[in-house]
Amino acid sequence: MRNPQLNSHGELQHLLSLDGLPKGILTAILDTAAPFTEVAEREVKKLPLLRGKSVFNLFFENSTRTRTTFEIAAKRLSADVINLNVSTSSTKKGETLLDTVDNLCAMHADMFVVRHESSGAPYLIADHLHATGRNHIHVVNAGDGRHAHPTQGLLDMYTIRHFKHEFHNLIVVVVGDVLHSRVARSQLAALTTLGVPEVRVVGPKTLLPTDVERLGVRVCPTMEEGLRGADVVMMLRLQNERMNGALLPSPQEYFKVWGLTPAKLALAKDDAIVMHPGPMNRGVEIDSAVADGGQAVILPQVTFGIAVRMAVMSMLAGS
Amino acid sequence: MPIDLPNAESLLARLIEQIRPDVTPRTALVGIHTGGAWLAERLHRSLGIQASLGTIDVSFYRDDYGSKGLHAKPQRSDIPFDVENADIIIVDDVLYTGRTTRAALNELFDYGRPARVDLAVLCDRHGRELPISARYCAHTLDEPLAASRILRLSQDATGTLSLRLIDA
Amino acid sequence: MRIRIANGRLIDPANQLDARQDLYIQDGQVAAVGAAPDGFVADRVIDAEGRVVCPGLVDLAARLREPGFEYRATLESEMEAAMAGGVTSLAIPPDTDPVLDEPGLVEMLCYRAKRLNRAHVYPVGALTIGLGGAQLSEMAELTDAGCVAFSQANRPMVDTKVLKNAMEYAASFGFRVWLQPVAPFLAREGVAHDGEVAARLGLNGIPTAAETIGLYTHIELARLSGCRLHVTRLSSAEGLKMIKWARKEGVDITCDVSINHLHLCDMDIGYFNPHCNLIPPLRGQRDRDALRQGLADGDINALCSNHTPVDDDAKQCPFSEAEPGATGIELLLPLTLKWAQECKVPLMDALARVTSEAARIIGSQRGGHLAPGARADVCIFDPEDETFVSRETLRSQGKNTPFLGFPLPGRVCCTIVEGQIMYGEA
Repeated sequence: MRNPQLNSHGELQHLLSLDGLPKGILTAILDTAAPFTEVAEREVKKLPLLRGKSVFNLFFENSTRTRTTFEIAAKRLSADVINLNVSTSSTKKGETLLDTVDNLCAMHADMFVVRHESSGAPYLIADHLHATGRNHIHVVNAGDGRHAHPTQGLLDMYTIRHFKHEFHNLIVVVVGDVLHSRVARSQLAALTTLGVPEVRVVGPKTLLPTDVERLGVRVCPTMEEGLRGADVVMMLRLQNERMNGALLPSPQEYFKVWGLTPAKLALAKDDAIVMHPGPMNRGVEIDSAVADGGQAVILPQVTFGIAVRMAVMSMLAGS
Repeated sequence: MPIDLPNAESLLARLIEQIRPDVTPRTALVGIHTGGAWLAERLHRSLGIQASLGTIDVSFYRDDYGSKGLHAKPQRSDIPFDVENADIIIVDDVLYTGRTTRAALNELFDYGRPARVDLAVLCDRHGRELPISARYCAHTLDEPLAASRILRLSQDATGTLSLRLIDA
Repeated sequence: MRIRIANGRLIDPANQLDARQDLYIQDGQVAAVGAAPDGFVADRVIDAEGRVVCPGLVDLAARLREPGFEYRATLESEMEAAMAGGVTSLAIPPDTDPVLDEPGLVEMLCYRAKRLNRAHVYPVGALTIGLGGAQLSEMAELTDAGCVAFSQANRPMVDTKVLKNAMEYAASFGFRVWLQPVAPFLAREGVAHDGEVAARLGLNGIPTAAETIGLYTHIELARLSGCRLHVTRLSSAEGLKMIKWARKEGVDITCDVSINHLHLCDMDIGYFNPHCNLIPPLRGQRDRDALRQGLADGDINALCSNHTPVDDDAKQCPFSEAEPGATGIELLLPLTLKWAQECKVPLMDALARVTSEAARIIGSQRGGHLAPGARADVCIFDPEDETFVSRETLRSQGKNTPFLGFPLPGRVCCTIVEGQIMYGEA
């Protein structure tokens, strides 16, 4: 089966998922991102790499935050950025997803940054571009359903490498709603590919996918077991709509059992770092004392996110 | 046909002497990765430049990005001094088409507006495609090199520099 | 017209016949096997040298998309596909639009089908009005109109009390009830087998327990009501185990599996291939292997195409938004042969699953076999040739199948319905 993310030379053609990407490509993206971090400190925060290119932020699901980070990244690369919130326009008129894509291709798009509520939607677009011979157009998955959020996964890896330097000697624990989290799936794929010897997941069974151990992780029944000796603690966001009802009884009970407090964090290594993809629910999955504490690297994650997205976009546009 | 390449260390010594009379307290050096950065470091030491040494990787500014893509493992650019009103000498190992210099100039101007920019190179191999010339140049080849040949500076474990000719 | 099919390898599973014998057809029925009847003079002789001659295939589930979905397919297009696939009898699930819950609709469908003069249709009526699971349909009237069984298609009954009543009502007439086992709440919003693939791709899972819980409910209600239960589209090893258990318990129960579930598993979803969005979902490799074995052993009675043509617009969507189903009536024979080859099932046993056994479930006496007096529905195929599946070669209006691009064993050469040559060799 053709890997739709790679072109015939084995280079990155689209970034759709971290699952199935070779380690060499993940490392190359992280290496490329490093020099981009410096651009933000310049007087002119701009590079000419994507000058004259049109990047379409194609958001079928609203997300100001993610859209903004992609927009900044593309603009720092001198691209023309066009933001489209499709949920509010065409699909309601009966236009299909691929109609929308065809339309934008006719406007000479060079890159689509796609956010969609359905898992796999960016694959459909990439497939369609391939089938219609538009191999010069690239797709970046900015989050599809529960499936993947590869740039988030990459910026998390960048953050881990920044603070921990290596992957091969780490214990990393992912805490919370893995089931509904595209971020978690991308993190797990990247962590296992980059050679982290022990990846743990912790959470109530209602929020862990069936057969999650087959993704190469160890399921820990308790926070204590999950956190003990960890180098990196990756917290996941718990969506509001899942806090009360059939999955969890209440946010209070969730916090009591799975919330990250200073006392629980003390079980991890002294120099463990705490990450969160944002936006945080303080007092639900994370205690403010931890979120604002010395071990949290949540803001650097955001900064690195821009550099990682610049790296991805410039690698794609140049392939 | 083998070409006798001059000794890079001697050329460096010559380059130092060319630049020395013009050094002022406002002079700053910026080396282009990788060869230019080695040279700039040596120049910086020998000439006793006060401003910290800058290095740039022009990968993000290259005009062949559209056809060749991004270079593998681009390096971090590091300009640790205020570019505004500085007298800057860009240092590179080999001057060829002038496109690398053009990219370096563009990048430099994204940091601020220097008062003056000069170019220092170890070797000029002819073949200019842009109106660029080096104010300081230690050596000019007698004959232009074929486009298939790459002239490049290398540095051994002891830090000794030498010029190498590679067939692409 | 009198036809002699000469020199072929005649396989008639119902009569345990597998021999090089000629078949004689007269007045739309089988006149004789082996030796010509007295005074028989053939108008046509079909030379079937090197070919297999078998009863026309009986497909337990083929959606022809009429009424209601004519933009997807029509009786004409799908009947052509059936002929090209050697399928001469087919059961139609009731999930048309409107659903097959009124005798008039069923009569109209049968009338339209008869006029086309292709495959024989066997409508399966809706068990409840509108498949809504609340009000019983007029099963006696529907039977008079032509229905051979009653089902909920893919819309499981939520209210088990109504289901019990429906099965009891059907049992009072001896009607068959065909049910797809699924616990509706467990399957809600699910689009893939709840396992590693769904975990990796972030797709909503349907656990195997959805099938076994539904199945257990059906078995217990069949036992309670005395209704003749046929379980449609078995998908899991656990489900098969439960069927065997129920039979041991003395419950009268038959079941079928689809060609897709016989050959594919959840891994085949690959990178979100929407053609693999099916109901029930493709399950694990272990499940698929158990189904293949179960069909070989006869624990699963029949194999069907579960033919469901879907238009491109409804398929070219993100996986979970794509309409479930796959076209397949033309692939029934090749995929039967593929399974037989791979699992080393004797050809006669394999063909029984798509002829005699399927006919028995439909309740067709004169279809699915080739004894003298049987309806002369015949399929002649070349077992050495192959069928290449592509958008261009498929006659069905639906081009949606996970087997696109596959070369499959066997090619139908000729299809005869009631003594008339409807495809090939004309």
